[in-house]
Amino acid sequence: MKKLLWLFWGLSSVALAGFLGYELLVLPEKPTFHIGSSSSGHYQIELACSACHTEPFGGGEVIQNACLNCHKDELEKALDSHPVKKFNDPRHADLVSILDARYCASCHKEHNPDVLHDMGVSLPDDYCVQCHQDIAEERPSHEGMGFETCASAGCHNYHDNRALYEDFLLKHSADQLLHLDTSNLSTLKKYLDSTGVKWQGDDELIEVSKALYLQYPEQHADWLQSAHYSNDVGCLTCHNVPENKKLGTNNELNIVNELQLDKPVDEVCVTCHEEETLGFQSGKHGMRVKQALQPMHPSMARLAMHESGSGALSCASCHDPHKTDRTFAAVDACLSCHNDEHSQAYKQSKHASLDGIQQVTCATCHMPTEVKTIKGHKLLGVEHNQNATLRPNEKMIRSSCLTCHNLQFSLDALADEALIKMNFNGQPSTHIPSIDMARERDNKKMQ
Amino acid sequence: MKSRKAKTAGAITIGLAALLTSCGSEEKPTGIEPKVFTDSLFAVMKSDRTNYTKMIVQRLGPNKGGFIKPNEHWEDMEDGAPLPAQMFRYGAEGVADMTSDFTYSLQSVWPINKQNGPKTPLEKEGLQFVADNPGQNFYGTETLGDKTYYTAVYADVAVSPACTTCHNEHKDTPKTDFKIGDVMGGVVIRVPL
Repeated sequence: MKKLLWLFWGLSSVALAGFLGYELLVLPEKPTFHIGSSSSGHYQIELACSACHTEPFGGGEVIQNACLNCHKDELEKALDSHPVKKFNDPRHADLVSILDARYCASCHKEHNPDVLHDMGVSLPDDYCVQCHQDIAEERPSHEGMGFETCASAGCHNYHDNRALYEDFLLKHSADQLLHLDTSNLSTLKKYLDSTGVKWQGDDELIEVSKALYLQYPEQHADWLQSAHYSNDVGCLTCHNVPENKKLGTNNELNIVNELQLDKPVDEVCVTCHEEETLGFQSGKHGMRVKQALQPMHPSMARLAMHESGSGALSCASCHDPHKTDRTFAAVDACLSCHNDEHSQAYKQSKHASLDGIQQVTCATCHMPTEVKTIKGHKLLGVEHNQNATLRPNEKMIRSSCLTCHNLQFSLDALADEALIKMNFNGQPSTHIPSIDMARERDNKKMQ
Repeated sequence: MKSRKAKTAGAITIGLAALLTSCGSEEKPTGIEPKVFTDSLFAVMKSDRTNYTKMIVQRLGPNKGGFIKPNEHWEDMEDGAPLPAQMFRYGAEGVADMTSDFTYSLQSVWPINKQNGPKTPLEKEGLQFVADNPGQNFYGTETLGDKTYYTAVYADVAVSPACTTCHNEHKDTPKTDFKIGDVMGGVVIRVPL
């Protein structure tokens, strides 16, 4: 009996070790080893331990490097107000001893949901007091203000103050709008010509393309209206036909039946749409793909979603490759998944009621158009990282709001949570005093 | 016997002394003196800073050519250019990315941005010293955190109208009567010991 018990114990131990070892060493996601839920920014990849713990026994530097692997570019783009290098100067050793701002994890601790606040901050809301307790001496207007209001009242942000700094407030205090400078744009055609890319391939492939058009008249008709058509991107740029099925070795019907993508759709798109793919993988829609996990699915989301939505997310969830219908991508694709109050209220909003190119879509604010310089060409593109302007929401002031609204209205509206839920269908009920304060200070100094 | 013991003890003493002397000579620093090191660094910094101020900001800025607008928020302007003080700070930050063998910063007892005022007791003493004693540098050691530093402070002198005009007219300046040749602040260089 004793022997049997020992045998059972031994086999159980081996089985347990095998189960744990397999999960730890082989599986991409490791739920058994997960020690606590993470922030809304990271929960999608929280089971892929190596996304952040890039080395098994790494300390602060390893985690810090993992943070920067994903967030370095956006911090630079945001002209980070508190860059790490500021705190590397030994003259700030006293501040660092109170709050070590050289490490992201000092303020953004994961796996402890009980202490998490907005933006994944794990410190109490009045963290600014640690270094700025004497701010009222320099700015008497701040006397009596609670330190928990610095970053929560629409006035300051720890990292991104591009729409909040004093001179910007003054410059835009008189209804001055901010428009995208689209002068001297290059064309896609010129850009493609300069890259030397030849889309259609040799004559044989062009003949195959022609045959395919006959077999797929509906897709062909859509394709004729698309940007792909106007830039010579044909069937065989994306699709593949097995060698033995090509024209000349078989009939046209066989070619059609064997038409396929020889790799996942996203991997086909990235061949030409690298910038967009990088953006997609930097945001919540594609961050799981970046970590080589199964793509995000609406059922995994913490936000309210339609049950099935568009299914697993890929480029094709929003962009039918034959149609390239950007209207669908800018609204209907979003609403096919998102089912929260803000999304539900969109169709009744003022933004939605505008006509034609004036219409403010989901993408206008969450995936704004921007000018980028790629390989020396100034091109108009779309930010495909939906998170780039989402949190804190003041980020969308420059990229979207100021195109139509003045700065005061924008600050007030973005600070009004009830109005945001109604998808801005109404007037702000709050007033952010930062522009008034900047004006008052400016007037005093100039006297 | 006593004498032999004494001789033996003497021999051991001399041997130890020789050993210690020998060790001492090995430990004697053979590298560059901290003062020479910081003086040399400052010479490079001062030269670059003066050249940027005179050749770029003064020549191409609003005081003369009007081709560029040196401004604190230059990134937000089509024709913006970094202020000389920002250019200096970017240099310091770039160096900090490459090495921790030394750090430097530009400070003043009349800072436009309060963050650039002296903070440690030695910074306060040094910046006041170079302001009160034109032509002289200040050297000392200080402990910050758990490290000791050799700290040198050098006067930062107004070299062109670009410096004085901007500082005198800035709405946040605590001093409005700077003239060319005045000490406006100081460069603080730290070397960990």
